[in-house]
Amino acid sequence: MKIDDSRPIWAQLVDEFRRRIAAGEWMPGAKVPSVRELALELGVNPNTVQKALGEVDRLGLATTERTAGRFVTTDADAIVDARAALAASTVDSFITTATGLGMSLDDATTLLSRRWAAHDTNTNEGDAR
Amino acid sequence: MNTQLAIQVTGLTKAYRGRAALSALDLQLAPGQIVGLMGDNGSGKTTLLKVLAGALADWQGDVRVAGFAPGPDSKALVSFLPDASFLPDSHKPDDSIALYARFFTDFDEQKAREMIDFFGLPWDRTLKEMSKGMREKLQISLAMSRRAKVYLLDEPISGVDPASRDIILRGILSNFDEDALLLISTHLIQDVEQIVDSVLFLKGGEVLLQGEADALRAEHSSSLDALFRKVYAS
Repeated sequence: MKIDDSRPIWAQLVDEFRRRIAAGEWMPGAKVPSVRELALELGVNPNTVQKALGEVDRLGLATTERTAGRFVTTDADAIVDARAALAASTVDSFITTATGLGMSLDDATTLLSRRWAAHDTNTNEGDAR
Repeated sequence: MNTQLAIQVTGLTKAYRGRAALSALDLQLAPGQIVGLMGDNGSGKTTLLKVLAGALADWQGDVRVAGFAPGPDSKALVSFLPDASFLPDSHKPDDSIALYARFFTDFDEQKAREMIDFFGLPWDRTLKEMSKGMREKLQISLAMSRRAKVYLLDEPISGVDPASRDIILRGILSNFDEDALLLISTHLIQDVEQIVDSVLFLKGGEVLLQGEADALRAEHSSSLDALFRKVYAS
């Protein structure tokens, strides 16, 4: 994960942890790595990690048990919702860029289908950036 | 949560031959955080750290470190890493460990050995035979292996290569006691940008700006480095 120093780091960590849960990198019911492990892995302040994990708890994506530690939720609906929210925000930023380029919904849909197919056959060439 | 302030400074003034290095400085820092002490050369960073460490006399004002005025009581609770090398050139790591063990009752020898191994330092070389980066790593291993309430690190990463800098920061992060206060000075903000809870900008011996790192980023939509450049220029 690449951290952008010009935005609050804790919010970027929340996004990253949500992504890990939505993508199944952190499996439902699995133990979340400790604050210290995450701080070291990401090279950030432990208090910032703690704050971000607290927000992940608050979003219902993890629960903290007093002695055992923190676990990814087993609530499938919550994970589906997180995945949908993440996908929606990705699409929203695409829409902002596409409309900024003067594209219509039809243009965008056509482009998306074409790129999608290209991405499937060759992920390297499919990289639009 | 410990509600007692780790550092409390009121009206601290220190002058060298009539020139003020610190003027009427007020400062309050809670424990359990990493604070970046930032400022250009001559802004008073080193002077402030030396006063807090009890390494300077002859200043005015009220200073409390871990509840004590700078002196033997506070020194027992404060781990100070000066910017200049303070270990004899003839020392091998074991000699320096023995020195620390003799001077400081809160020194954790085992932890120091683990950190020295983590940094991959050679046990059979004297400081004279070590690179600048190696010496920094050894001194940080020793300073961080005290079970102190307050850690004062003066420019611990200046003059080391980026790879060493990263590993030093990792060493600091993994050995930082979450109830302690770590005050780390630097003129290269980018280096510590991601590991600090809050920052303190000094200029001309006064506090120019103090705040929580993420709150400052949110408020100014910029990195601490960019913010620092901006407020310094104004």
